[in-house]
Amino acid sequence: MENLLQQLLNGVTWGSIYALIALGYTMVYGVLRLINFAHGEVYMMGAMSGFYTAHWLGFARAPSVTGLVVVLVASMLVCGLLGAAIERIAYRPLRGAGRLAPLITAIGVSLLLQNAGQLVFGADPKFFPPLLQSHEVFRAGEVAVSNIQLTVLVTALLLMGALEYIVQRTRFGRAMRAVSYDAPAAALMGVPVDRVISGTFVLGSMLAAAAGILVGLSNPKIDPLMGLMPGLKAFVAAVLGGIGSVPGAMVGGLLLGVIETLVTGYLSSTYRDAIAFVILVVILLFRPTGLFGAPTTEKV
Amino acid sequence: MSETLLEVDSLDVRYGAIHALRGVSFEVKAGEIVTLIGSNGAGKSTLLRAISGLVRPSSGRILLRGADVTRFAPEAIVALGCSHVPEGRRIFANLTVLENLQMGAWAKRGREAQGLERAFALFPRLRERLTQAGGTLSGGEQQMLAIGRALMAEPAVLLLDEPSLGLAPLLVRQIFSIVREINAQGTTVVLVEQNAHQALGIASRAYVLETGALAISGLASDLARDPRVRRAYLGDESAE
Ligand SMILES: Nc1ncnc2c1ncn2[C@@H]1O[C@H](COP(=O)(O)OP(=O)(O)OP(=O)(O)O)[C@@H](O)[C@H]1O
Ligand SMILES: [Mg+2]
Repeated sequence: MENLLQQLLNGVTWGSIYALIALGYTMVYGVLRLINFAHGEVYMMGAMSGFYTAHWLGFARAPSVTGLVVVLVASMLVCGLLGAAIERIAYRPLRGAGRLAPLITAIGVSLLLQNAGQLVFGADPKFFPPLLQSHEVFRAGEVAVSNIQLTVLVTALLLMGALEYIVQRTRFGRAMRAVSYDAPAAALMGVPVDRVISGTFVLGSMLAAAAGILVGLSNPKIDPLMGLMPGLKAFVAAVLGGIGSVPGAMVGGLLLGVIETLVTGYLSSTYRDAIAFVILVVILLFRPTGLFGAPTTEKV
Repeated sequence: MSETLLEVDSLDVRYGAIHALRGVSFEVKAGEIVTLIGSNGAGKSTLLRAISGLVRPSSGRILLRGADVTRFAPEAIVALGCSHVPEGRRIFANLTVLENLQMGAWAKRGREAQGLERAFALFPRLRERLTQAGGTLSGGEQQMLAIGRALMAEPAVLLLDEPSLGLAPLLVRQIFSIVREINAQGTTVVLVEQNAHQALGIASRAYVLETGALAISGLASDLARDPRVRRAYLGDESAE
């Protein structure tokens, strides 16, 4: 029982990271109907920019909450710009060119960033500096919660709350929902659709950057190919929740994290990476719209 | 002589191999209701889409208040005072009625409150439905919302694409009388209709589009008597 509680807690923590990445997939899919396969690399760049910021600003040697916040914000800004640049350079010129060309381009951008990453950062793993000194904050019997785990979970939830606020309560969020539903109609309202798309990439990339930092805190080994597997799994999480649905991505991410942890804990860790793809196949077979996805309506 | 608000000059639009508009020229003066009639596929919607920047003409010019807006983005056209209520209403089903109206006020965000008051005065029903999702409205209510939403941008010219489509006769009459009222409040209207009888009844001038080209134009009252129009668009078999 206690073991199960501990597993669930670990699963939710890990899942909150998937959720942060999955949000970027789902929002970009919403406004562009594009699976941005370069998104996992944005997450990698988040961890990398965190690594360098922490070293340059001296936080790597003196762990502190301030350091964590500064590194987090800096890396979110860097990746926000990166996301906007990817959209502007790689995807915008292909607007109106159908759906295949942007998809292939996305895979190209992903490979480009992986290779550029290996060139610039080196292919060897780096160790993300411990921005927080790890200690236990809570223990009940066998169930233990570390400050790092708590930080990851709380930060992820706060960011998701902030995103939900932006999407539901702000003018930009309203425009994002309108563009997702019917972009030409939104243009007829006077909405600059390209700028909304660009803003969507910025938001999604900032969340991916945050995921990169949070992963750096809990699993400090980072390398230029680290975006590959979490990127794919977060994509599965987005599909599980219903691609295009913001709450879906949150729930899908958390669910995937929990399932993975339980499978690893109770079956075997060999299945850990396979389970996401089993889920993907099952969903595509039985419920392609995912948990929260509305059946797609064809637009005029 | 009133000012020419909108002027379309030898416009050509192609969708790949389909030549949807061929050398269409027309103009709209301030204060008018101009109607465009024509059968299915004649190019009426294409003409409105070209004016509002949703499709790019292959040649020709569009002038809005004297400014060449031919290759402008839709948001720029809205900002210059031309709003378009598209065919099929295109309500944001996932947004509430209020949010739909707020979307319409994108270019006029300082004047949202006035816009809402005006929309409620024209369509009291919308006030009762404010927090409901747009997709849950009836067809007539959606049309009211689509028009109210476009008026939030305080356009000088309002382009209406078949506002009466699919509505019950009573609602059709109501929509036409509201179009008249909007026009009386000072908004110039371009009305695309298949319901030629009622459209000619409220318009001052009319154009007939046939397979992408203008066939007939003139005063609406003259067109309503024209035998070609009577036969083809008013269902008058005896006209010759
Ligand atoms: N997106 C498109 N792609 C290809 N062809 C199109 C497209 N939109 C319209 N067409 C074609 O262009 C021509 C004009 O269409 P348009 O929709 O402008 O006609 P319409 O007069 O509005 O007809 P309706 O009364 O049915 O609304 C038609 O032949 C139509 O099939
Ligand atoms: Mg039409």
